[in-house]
Amino acid sequence: MADTSLTDNNVAAPRHRDIGLKKRYAAERRFQFYGKLAIAFGLFFLALLLWTVVSKGYTAFQQTSINLDVTFDESVIDPKNERNENPMKLLTANYPKLAEAALYEKLGIDAEDKAGTKAADALISKGARAQLRDMLISNPELMNQTVNVWVLAAGEVDSAIKGQFDLSVDESRRKIKDNQLEMIEKLQQDGSLEGRFNTGLFTNGGSSRPETAGVGVAIIGSAYMMLIVLLTSLPIGVAASIYLEEFAPKNRLTDIIEVNINNLAAVPSIVYGLLGLAVFINFAGLPRSASLVGGLVLSLMTLPTIIIATRAALKAVPPSIRAAALGIGASKNQTVFHHVLPLAAPGILTGTIIGLAQALGETAPLLLIGMVAFVVDAPATPLDPATALPVQIFMWANEAERAFVERTSGAIIILLAFLAVMNITAIFLRRRFERRW
Amino acid sequence: MKSLKLALAVAISATAMTSFAHARDQIQIAGSSTVLPYAKIVAENFGETFPNFKTPVVESGGSSAGLKEFCRGVGAEFIDIANASRAIREKEIASCAEAGVTDIQEIRIGYDGIVFATDISGPDFALEPIDLYKGLAAKVVVDGELVDNPYKTWNEVNADFPEWEIAAYIPGEKHGTREVFEEKVLLVGCEEAGGLKARMDAGMDEDTSEKDCYAVRKDGAAVDIDGDYTETLSRIDANKTGMGVFGLAFYENNTDKLKVATMSDVVPTTESIAKGEYPVSRPLFFYVKKAHLGVIPGLQEYVEFFTSDDMTGPDSPLAEYGLVAAPEEEREMVREGFTSGKTM
Repeated sequence: MADTSLTDNNVAAPRHRDIGLKKRYAAERRFQFYGKLAIAFGLFFLALLLWTVVSKGYTAFQQTSINLDVTFDESVIDPKNERNENPMKLLTANYPKLAEAALYEKLGIDAEDKAGTKAADALISKGARAQLRDMLISNPELMNQTVNVWVLAAGEVDSAIKGQFDLSVDESRRKIKDNQLEMIEKLQQDGSLEGRFNTGLFTNGGSSRPETAGVGVAIIGSAYMMLIVLLTSLPIGVAASIYLEEFAPKNRLTDIIEVNINNLAAVPSIVYGLLGLAVFINFAGLPRSASLVGGLVLSLMTLPTIIIATRAALKAVPPSIRAAALGIGASKNQTVFHHVLPLAAPGILTGTIIGLAQALGETAPLLLIGMVAFVVDAPATPLDPATALPVQIFMWANEAERAFVERTSGAIIILLAFLAVMNITAIFLRRRFERRW
Repeated sequence: MKSLKLALAVAISATAMTSFAHARDQIQIAGSSTVLPYAKIVAENFGETFPNFKTPVVESGGSSAGLKEFCRGVGAEFIDIANASRAIREKEIASCAEAGVTDIQEIRIGYDGIVFATDISGPDFALEPIDLYKGLAAKVVVDGELVDNPYKTWNEVNADFPEWEIAAYIPGEKHGTREVFEEKVLLVGCEEAGGLKARMDAGMDEDTSEKDCYAVRKDGAAVDIDGDYTETLSRIDANKTGMGVFGLAFYENNTDKLKVATMSDVVPTTESIAKGEYPVSRPLFFYVKKAHLGVIPGLQEYVEFFTSDDMTGPDSPLAEYGLVAAPEEEREMVREGFTSGKTM
C-alpha cells in the first residue's frame, strides 16, 4: 500500500479525504435506534405482562361477604348438652345451619321452602363452618347469643358479582341461578353483601373452595426456604470463593473447579430436584414436602450464583488495598477479613439477593421433592409439609373454577411484589455502599 | 469462627438425619391430577370433620409418578396413598413387591366422564366414535383402501357437521385420559369404519392393528395438549371452531363457555355415565398401603371417610364437583373390600 501511494501521481494534489464520516455517524444512529427498539420491545412485553396480571388479579384482593346476625343456638350445636363430657361435640357440630338460618331470616324465606332454602344455602361459603366454630371455641360464652358477623359468600356468588360469569347465557348453563341473583341483589341493597378486603388470601392455606383458598402456607413455606438458602449457601458460597480467589494456588485443579462452578450455574433446576430426592429424602431420610428439603435443594441451586458474584466482587477490590495491608504487616488472613471482604460486601450482598430472588421463583425442583402439594395446615417448623409461592400459582392455574383465575393472578401479583422488593433492596444496597476506585 | 460454624452445621444436619425417621402424624398422598380435585375436597372435609387429625397432604404429579413414589417402600418416610386415574399395572405391582410393598388395597372411588366440547357460540355436535376416528386418525379407509387422512373440514367427515376446519385439542400422551380416548373412541370408531379389518387384511396381527388405530394425524389438525384442561379451554377461546376434550367436572364448571357434544346421541351427565349409557368414561382409583393402616394416624379413618356416601355418594360434594358416583352395590362392595382387608 505505502509503496503504491508513493508512486501515485495524485499524491501531491489536495484531495478530499474520504474517512466515511457520514457513514459512521449513520451507523451510530442506526445502532442507537436498534438499542432503543430493543428496550421498547422489552418494556412493551413487561407492560403487557403487568397489564394482564393486574387487570385479572386486582379483584382477588376483595372478597364478597355476607353480613348475618348469627345466633349460636344451643339446640342446634349441642342439643343434648354433652359438650362437657365430649369436647368433640363442639368441633363437629352443624355450624353451617346457624348461618343458613340467619340468612333465611334476612331474606324472609320460609324454612320449609325447599327450593328457596337450597338456593339460599348455596350463597354461603362452606368455610362458614370453620369460621363460626372457631368463634365459639375461642369464646364459649357466645352460646345462645346473637352475634353480627361477616361470613364469606360462596365462590360462585363472588364470581358473579365480579362479572366473571357470562350472565347472559341460559340459566341452566350457569352456576348461579336467577333466583339467587335476586337474593344477591336484595342483600346488596340493604348493604349486607359487599366486597371486603381479602385477608384470607394472605392467611389461609390451600383449599378446594376458591373463597377460602389463600397463599398463607405458601408464604410461610417460601420464607422458611429463603431462610435456609441464606443460612446455608451464603456462608458456604462466601467461604468457597474467598478460598478460591485469595488463597488457592492457580493451577489446573483450580481451573477445573472454576469451570465446574460455572457449569453448575447453568444446570437446569430440575436436576437439583432429582439430586435432592436422591440425597435428602431417599438417603438422609428427611420428610417429603418439607420446606427444609426444599430450602436445601434451592441452596444447591443458588450456591454457584453466590460463588460467582462473590468472586467477581473480590476481584473488583484493587490489589493496592491488599498490598498496603500486607505492607504494614497484616497477615494474609487479616488482609482478607479486615480489608478485602468488607470492601467486597456490597457486591456479595447484591449477588446473594439476586440468587435468593431466583430461588424464590423456582418450581421445577420442588415438584420432585413433593412440594407441589395441597397443604391446608400452616407449617409450624421447616419439617412440616408446605408449598411455595410459585407452586401455589401453578396449582391454582390448573383449577377448573372460574374464581381461581383471579386468585392465580392475585398470587402472581404477591410474588412479583416480593421479587420487586428484593431486587430494589439489591439496587439500593449497591448504590449505598458501592465504592469506586 | 468459620470452621466452628461449619462443624456446628454438620452436627445439626447429622442429628437431624438420625431423628427424622420418626413417626409421621399426617397422611401423605400423591398421584393423578385428575383425582387431585376430589382428593382435595375429601382431605379438606376430613380435616374439618376430624379435628384431632391433621389435614392430609395431597401431591399432584400424575398417576405414574404417584404410583412410582408409592412403590418405593413401606415406612413413615414413604407415602401412604397413590391416586390414579387408571388401574395399577402388573409391572407396577411387581416393582412394588420388590420394594416390599406387598399388601396393596385398591379403592375405586367413582367414574370420570370424558366429554367433547366446542365454544358455546357454535352449533350442536352429535358425535359418533366413527366421526372422531375419521376426523382425527392418521390413516382412514377410503374406498376400501387405507390412506393418509384426507379430510380438512368437519363437513367432509359427516355432512351434518359445520364447515369448520378440523382442529381438535386432545390430551397428550402422558395423560391417563389419552388412554381412554384411544380405547373408547378411536378404537371403536376404527372398528366401525373398517379400519381395523383393513389393517388385518394387510397382514398386521390384531394387537398391532389396534395400536395402529390409535395413531392420530400429525398434520396439525389434532393437537396434543400436555397441560391441563385450562390450557385446552384457552385454546378454544382463541380458536372458536376448535373442539376440545375435557373431563366432565371441568366442563360442568365452565358451562357458560362451552357447549358439550353428544356421543352416540347420549348427552354426558353424571346420570348417563352412572347408567353406563355414555360410553367414554373410566373408573378412578386410589391405592392404600395396608402396612400403614393403624401406623399413620387417621389413615384408616380417611379411607372410610372417602368411601362413605357422605363423600362419594350421589349427593356428595364430590358428585357436586363432577364425579360420577358408582352404583350403590359397587360402593358397598368397595367398602366391604376395604374393611375385610382385601389386597391385590
